[in-house]
Amino acid sequence: MKAAVIVFPGSNCDRDLADAITKVTGRAPAMIWHRETELPEGLDFIGIPGGFSYGDYLRSGAMAARSPVMQAVVKAAGQGRAVLGICNGFQVLTEAGLLPGALMRNAGLNFVCRDVTLTVENSQSIFTSRYAAGEQVTIPVAHHDGNYNADAETLDRLEGEGRIAFRYAEPVNGSARDIAGILSSAGNVLGMMPHPERLIEPEQGGTDGRRLFEAAMMALA
Amino acid sequence: MAARMKITVTVTLKNGVLDPQGRAIESALKGLGFDGVNGARVGKIIELEVADGTSRETVEAMARQLLANTVIENFRIDMP
Repeated sequence: MKAAVIVFPGSNCDRDLADAITKVTGRAPAMIWHRETELPEGLDFIGIPGGFSYGDYLRSGAMAARSPVMQAVVKAAGQGRAVLGICNGFQVLTEAGLLPGALMRNAGLNFVCRDVTLTVENSQSIFTSRYAAGEQVTIPVAHHDGNYNADAETLDRLEGEGRIAFRYAEPVNGSARDIAGILSSAGNVLGMMPHPERLIEPEQGGTDGRRLFEAAMMALA
Repeated sequence: MAARMKITVTVTLKNGVLDPQGRAIESALKGLGFDGVNGARVGKIIELEVADGTSRETVEAMARQLLANTVIENFRIDMP
């Protein structure tokens, strides 16, 4: 699987994401700086990491979504390349219009940093095929703006089309319908607030995140 | 240098979108003894200095493409 990880000023989970991809696929991703206007040829997978891109100026993910490299990512997503946005990466994907809705300040106002239980809603996607539908997995979150918001019509459509990948098993941040991660209509873009790249090896406290990368590799290798 | 003009873009959350910061402010005001506060909403003011003669349409495009996230926010443009 040929992968790339996008790096913005203020990204801080880029190396964790690169490590996860390397450990699972045996191949290190290309690290792509935000000023690039083109992506490497023949990419299968693009990762948008967590962090505080551009210092969260204006809105989380707003500046990153308008950076030169994101024009290339939007184009690649349109061509069917797999795109995974984690945490700030999810915020960037909504701001860039690749996923619907918006991520707002947590309802409790506090930064939430802890393990949370997720329910796998869709086990058919290229990212989630190694999980079982209805299965509960534990993956950490670490965010201030994870409160997913969209109008009722959009939420109904996401549910109707099976585009909710993960839900929080209990309320974490005020997200509408407890949404933790959603897929694009074509299924090749996944945005999620929890951090699967932080649970790859038992030494990290669990391996529930590993299967997400394994699934992508199986689908894309 | 060409003449400049100042424009103010006010970005506010749409009605119905929960504003946890506004709620915290409301409850803090009540805690200070200010009764009769029925709601507080937090927004942003962005002051732009642009070339004289810049059209409202251009400023609206700026607001739509970057300054406001129209999924959750409204904006108001005040210009001379």
